[in-house]
Amino acid sequence: MEYSQKVMEHFMNPKNVGEIVNPDGVGTCGNPVCGDLMTFYIKVEPKTDDLNSARIVDIRFKTFGCAAAIAVASMASEMVKGKTLSEIKNLTRNEVAEELDGLPPIKLHCSNL
Amino acid sequence: MIYLDYNATAPTDPRVIEAMRTYFAELYANPSSIHTPGQKAKQAVEHSREVLANFLNARPEEVYFTSGGTEADNLAIKGLAFAQDKRKKIIYSSIEHHAVMNTCKYMSKFGYEIISVPVDRYGVVDLNFIEEKTDEDTLIISVMHANNEVGTIQPIREIAQIAHKYGAVFHTDAVQTVGKIDIDIMELEVDMLSLSGHKFYGPKGVGALIVKKGIKFDALLHGGHHERNHRAGTENVPGIVGLAKACELAQAEIPDEEKRLKELRDRLWQGLNSQISEIQLNGHPEKRLANTLNFSVKYVEGESLILSLNAESICASTGSACSSGSLEPSHVLLAMGIPAEIAHGSLRFSLGRWTKPEEIEKVIDVLPGIVEKLRQMSPLYKK
Repeated sequence: MEYSQKVMEHFMNPKNVGEIVNPDGVGTCGNPVCGDLMTFYIKVEPKTDDLNSARIVDIRFKTFGCAAAIAVASMASEMVKGKTLSEIKNLTRNEVAEELDGLPPIKLHCSNL
Repeated sequence: MIYLDYNATAPTDPRVIEAMRTYFAELYANPSSIHTPGQKAKQAVEHSREVLANFLNARPEEVYFTSGGTEADNLAIKGLAFAQDKRKKIIYSSIEHHAVMNTCKYMSKFGYEIISVPVDRYGVVDLNFIEEKTDEDTLIISVMHANNEVGTIQPIREIAQIAHKYGAVFHTDAVQTVGKIDIDIMELEVDMLSLSGHKFYGPKGVGALIVKKGIKFDALLHGGHHERNHRAGTENVPGIVGLAKACELAQAEIPDEEKRLKELRDRLWQGLNSQISEIQLNGHPEKRLANTLNFSVKYVEGESLILSLNAESICASTGSACSSGSLEPSHVLLAMGIPAEIAHGSLRFSLGRWTKPEEIEKVIDVLPGIVEKLRQMSPLYKK
């Protein structure tokens, strides 16, 4: 199994690890039994239902997972930070994987999370 | 680099390389040729056969050289099955290496009933289960001598005796024990035994199957009359010579080396266990290979541990799914009743001939910090 340089960089020095106290949103997916579990916390400003103006001002994650899972979470967090909700609602796993210069095929499921 | 993955493969001992050297460019002739160089090569092969036989208390004519452990396992199981059509049951343990397990599974295509034997939480096979399932229809029972992942040593003599009560053949995959512990196949009552050169400082690409005289089995590779018609193909002379040299070296070193490795391994476990909370030993506390340490680190995933260790130039392995190219964690750990999420956090350190005390201390220094960093990232970890 070979990871790209970028995957290894994000794995060794992941960005935005942690939790947010009183977050505006929390999402968890995965299952430790299959080896991946991820939780994202987000803070949004301003507090509005208008997806075009609501912006992610902070994002943190925690993950139980392999290097790919950690790198994907780190990269995805960087990609959405500062963006409005409408800008990111169509973000796909392939876009994240591409930013990481690709993932081994068996690892693509990690980015589904 | 600190190499602690000897159960995966070991470096070839320089003394083995030296013994092999002549057989590449000088004594390169084909052992099947009748000219003098050919006969010299043949003598080297036959001498190696004697060394190997002596090492395991077998007879030279019971040794069949192969390309390695996997071929030996295939030759034992398929070779035996294809040589008869009476017995239709194959029994193997749930913690076998894939070389045995997948060969047995394949045989179900040919109408064989295959039965997988459960193990207890230490990875020891259930003898009562074997006794219950073995009958006059049983062709072969195949149980490994020691497990590659956790190191648990199996009661193979007892299993062999059950097999013999019903006229079945007992085969053991001894790839992890040959060269590490003393083996006497007469005393262990083993009928067939597989071994591999590169696990005990011999070269890769050579191994052997030992088959007790009188047991009929077919060849898998057909061609010339090599290995008494049981394995066609020009002999891997340098490899065979290297394998024999590795046996000689092991024979001289086993008792001291076993003691030395056990001390280092136990120091490693003690050093880690005293600093890292919530880790658990996998495998039998005593009946275990002296060089093998397998444990699970709760709340973190094994591949992340391995890659972090790798960044510190420490080589180890894991039973996590992520390392295997499949999505399932180690079948061995699961068979031992270890929950999947704990199996994903398993680490294996396997020590060997060049492992030094300062290398063990380095791991004890480095690993606690790696675990702490990954746990801080884990949603499962609550301090």
